[in-house]
Amino acid sequence: MTDMSALHAQLAAAAERDGVLDVAYRVVDGPVGALLLAATELGLVRVAFAVEDHDAVLQGLADRVSPRILRTPRRLDAVAQQLDEYFAGARRSFDVPLDWRLSAGFRSTVLHHLPEIAYGHTASYAAVAQLAGNPKAVRAVGSACATNPLPVVVPCHRVVRSDGAMGGYLGGTDAKRTLLALEGAA
Amino acid sequence: MRRVTGKRAFEAIVVEHGPTVLRVCRAVVGFADADDAWSETFLSALKAYPDLPVDANVEAWLVTIAHRRAVDAVRARARRAIPTDQLPDRARPPEPDRDDDLAAALARLPDKQRHAVAYHHLAGLPYAEVAAILGGSTDAARRAAADGIAALRRTYPLTEYHDD
Repeated sequence: MTDMSALHAQLAAAAERDGVLDVAYRVVDGPVGALLLAATELGLVRVAFAVEDHDAVLQGLADRVSPRILRTPRRLDAVAQQLDEYFAGARRSFDVPLDWRLSAGFRSTVLHHLPEIAYGHTASYAAVAQLAGNPKAVRAVGSACATNPLPVVVPCHRVVRSDGAMGGYLGGTDAKRTLLALEGAA
Repeated sequence: MRRVTGKRAFEAIVVEHGPTVLRVCRAVVGFADADDAWSETFLSALKAYPDLPVDANVEAWLVTIAHRRAVDAVRARARRAIPTDQLPDRARPPEPDRDDDLAAALARLPDKQRHAVAYHHLAGLPYAEVAAILGGSTDAARRAAADGIAALRRTYPLTEYHDD
């Protein structure tokens, strides 16, 4: 009997071929737990921690991007491999196309500046506000990080409080500590 | 994140309804063509999904697509049919939970009865939905399913079949 997973894989391939696979996703495991990775045809659109509730994240993608969503690994192969390398300490930055459509305005500006904080380093919320061109917008930097649609890949974990405390993290403070320890920054 | 009363991710539709639609395809077009019928049904459904009303009966919608596809395929085959001396391809090896006797008994039913049995008894659609797919009245759909089940009782040899 043909099993459902083979039919499912054929469906995903046909959907990709016909240009109707608006969002592809897969879930990968790593030192910060299960990460959901989702990509449009333009690039990686969402990285989500388990604490964000992957079902809720998928519903958000259906509402805000498209309900044409299938679980299929191929489109996420490159980022999954780079995450493996990163978690193994063998990669310091990510080189995959990003689809920024889930962030807008000043928050998006902030997120675009985060890759300027080098691997293994941290910056304060105030310093990032300055980088983003609005030194007074410290709280807005905090909310930009808290709503980062592409955590880990866009390194909001490198943003910490001015007093040296770690500050919050959308994946939980344990995940932030793990990532900073991995990078040798804490 | 902004919440909109949303349509579910299509993935959830495939996971929830995929096995039932495959059973329906096997009953309606037979084992040999069922996988293709399933794939075409879900690909058509994926394309049309953004336009499906949020409160639509998804299973009835999928079965409707599968039904149209099956009817079109039968018509296309009738148009293409030409006499041939060639033997058909060698049969596939037997599959574990495949029931050739039931498949053969289903295949012998008139189309309308086979469709009514598949959509009501396999897909679980109420007769009103079956009638909407087949055309005709709800009573006619009920009669076609009952006649189909009665014929299967006569022609299908196993005794443990239960009509629900």
